[in-house]
Amino acid sequence: MNALTRNESRALARAVLQIDVANPPGVMSHVVGLFSRRAYNVEGILCLPVGDGRLSRIWLLVNEDQRLPQMIRQLEKLEDVASVRRHHAEHAVFAELEEFFRP
Amino acid sequence: MTETLTGAQLTVRLLERQGVRLLTGYPGGAILPIYDALGESTVIRHVLPRHEQGAGFIAQGMARVSGEVAVCLASSGPSATNLLTAIADAKLDSIPLVAITGQVPRAMIGTDAFQEVDVYGLSLPITKHNFLVSSTEELLEVIPRAFAIAASGRPGPVLIDIPKDVQTRAIEIADWPEPGCRRPVAPADGMALTEAAALIGAARRPILYLGGGVIHAGASRLALDLAEKANLPTVMTLMALGAMPVDHRLSLGMLGMHGAPCANLAREECDLLIAVGARFDDRATGKVAAFCPQAKIVHIDIHAAELDKIKAAHVGIVADLGEALARLLPLVPENPRSAWNERVDALKTAHPQPLPELADPRSHFGLIRCVAACVDDTAIVVTDVGQHQMWVAQAYPLRRPRQWLTSGGLGTMGFGVPTAIGAALAAPERTVVCFTGDGSILMNIQELVTAAEVQANLKIVLLDNAALGLVHQQQTMFYGQGPVASTFQVLPDFTAAARAFGIAAVDLDAAANPLAALADAFARPGPCLIHARIDAQQKVYPMVPPGAANRDMIGAQA
Repeated sequence: MNALTRNESRALARAVLQIDVANPPGVMSHVVGLFSRRAYNVEGILCLPVGDGRLSRIWLLVNEDQRLPQMIRQLEKLEDVASVRRHHAEHAVFAELEEFFRP
Repeated sequence: MTETLTGAQLTVRLLERQGVRLLTGYPGGAILPIYDALGESTVIRHVLPRHEQGAGFIAQGMARVSGEVAVCLASSGPSATNLLTAIADAKLDSIPLVAITGQVPRAMIGTDAFQEVDVYGLSLPITKHNFLVSSTEELLEVIPRAFAIAASGRPGPVLIDIPKDVQTRAIEIADWPEPGCRRPVAPADGMALTEAAALIGAARRPILYLGGGVIHAGASRLALDLAEKANLPTVMTLMALGAMPVDHRLSLGMLGMHGAPCANLAREECDLLIAVGARFDDRATGKVAAFCPQAKIVHIDIHAAELDKIKAAHVGIVADLGEALARLLPLVPENPRSAWNERVDALKTAHPQPLPELADPRSHFGLIRCVAACVDDTAIVVTDVGQHQMWVAQAYPLRRPRQWLTSGGLGTMGFGVPTAIGAALAAPERTVVCFTGDGSILMNIQELVTAAEVQANLKIVLLDNAALGLVHQQQTMFYGQGPVASTFQVLPDFTAAARAFGIAAVDLDAAANPLAALADAFARPGPCLIHARIDAQQKVYPMVPPGAANRDMIGAQA
């Protein structure tokens, strides 16, 4: 959550990214590294295998700033990324997990 | 028929199947099984440098000259970390490399084993893609894929980290995979090409802006055809030099921080910028807000991530440049564009690249032109990084693609000598000239002995000002304390050092007739170091101060 408090960061516009990836070890580092080395804060991460486990789906909750379209293009450039979809922050995936993150 | 092979033998066989006939690397404990298998190969020649960074740059030299994927090897730990700078350099200049590193056995990964370092983690942000191979079987997929990734789209380096037990374990092989090769790119959008052609047709003051992508795509000829058909004044980035002969009637030379004044000024006036394989790098654009303020932009690049990254394009085209330009060419109307070209010619006459003392072989520009006169356009020109690099970019008559090898994006001192050796190995029929400085050459001077061993046809021209020239220049121009830690109080005797490493050397300062001494050095085959003292007070002009607009050039009238 870095320097932002939970309430402050909630006030920012958010986006949810749905990223389908091949599943070798290290794919998370490739995805998250793109954000961290641009000092682009990732607010939430979820990742589980899909189907027979050769593919995984990564969900990212990110702040929506002007760099986001470029971030999505960079994600699409990664060898192990099959597709990236952008959703609104109200997407159910993080909303329904809220109850596991009560203080 | 099945064969039983170890992972190491498998790796070497897969490299052979990729067509690899020459590679370079440095052995060590964790990659010895692969070296043992290399010893069995009758088709692969291995060149041993004297430092792993040398291996990385020798491979780069091979790749930059040929356009094909080149391979380098290193062991685990320090061997791999020494390779990293050359890999990062390849990433920024889009050079196709496959780097193979040995890793400690899988069971020891994560235990702080001897010479263990997380090469996968370290190489993550500086490679196009990387692999930590987790089984011997996986090599069959990973190695061809690494070559395909390195060569496809925007080229780049791929690292394969192979644990030692993956190398030693034997498996049965029944079927071999197809060699990995460049994957085709989707064709350019026809509508966008039509729009681009209409913009070019309607533009009154267009500029063609060529980047290194034109060289990688082998699209220089088509770019030239486009420029000539539509009479487009053309600027080139550092990486694109040679895409159009710099003395072509439409060429304005290099743009950017140390670009020709006329190139920066003409670009300022343009109403349409046609960017081909260029990425609007900060050294080319200067202050972005002031870059081509009135211009519409057509941007053609192989990757969508480059479009709208720095400047929004009015027409963005994602395609292989050769394919896009071949289809764009018939759509673009012929146009003499006399008024604009007259204006550009007037700018060229009034604001040329300043090249003082061209006739004096003891001046930096004079020396560069005299060296150029010793060879023809078939020669390969390599530089290190610093003032000499910019002077060569400004003054050398570069006329063909892949003639010019320089570290553009990363700006790595020490690049020159090993890259030049790689170039000489990949193109033994050509003369290779490496311009370097007294700072840069010391960063990989050990490779002089490699040059001697392989008898590279390499002429190293050392411009020695006993200073870190570009640092000295910036400190003098922009910092209150002036030069700090940028002059050398003690220098090696470079000609004696070269001879000690086993290569010929000539000191132009001591020569009664420097032109004759230079001609003599070039006439003899094999490696030679040519040493010349230059004045540390000389600056690279013009210079756009970092962060300033390109129109604010210092020294443009010098």
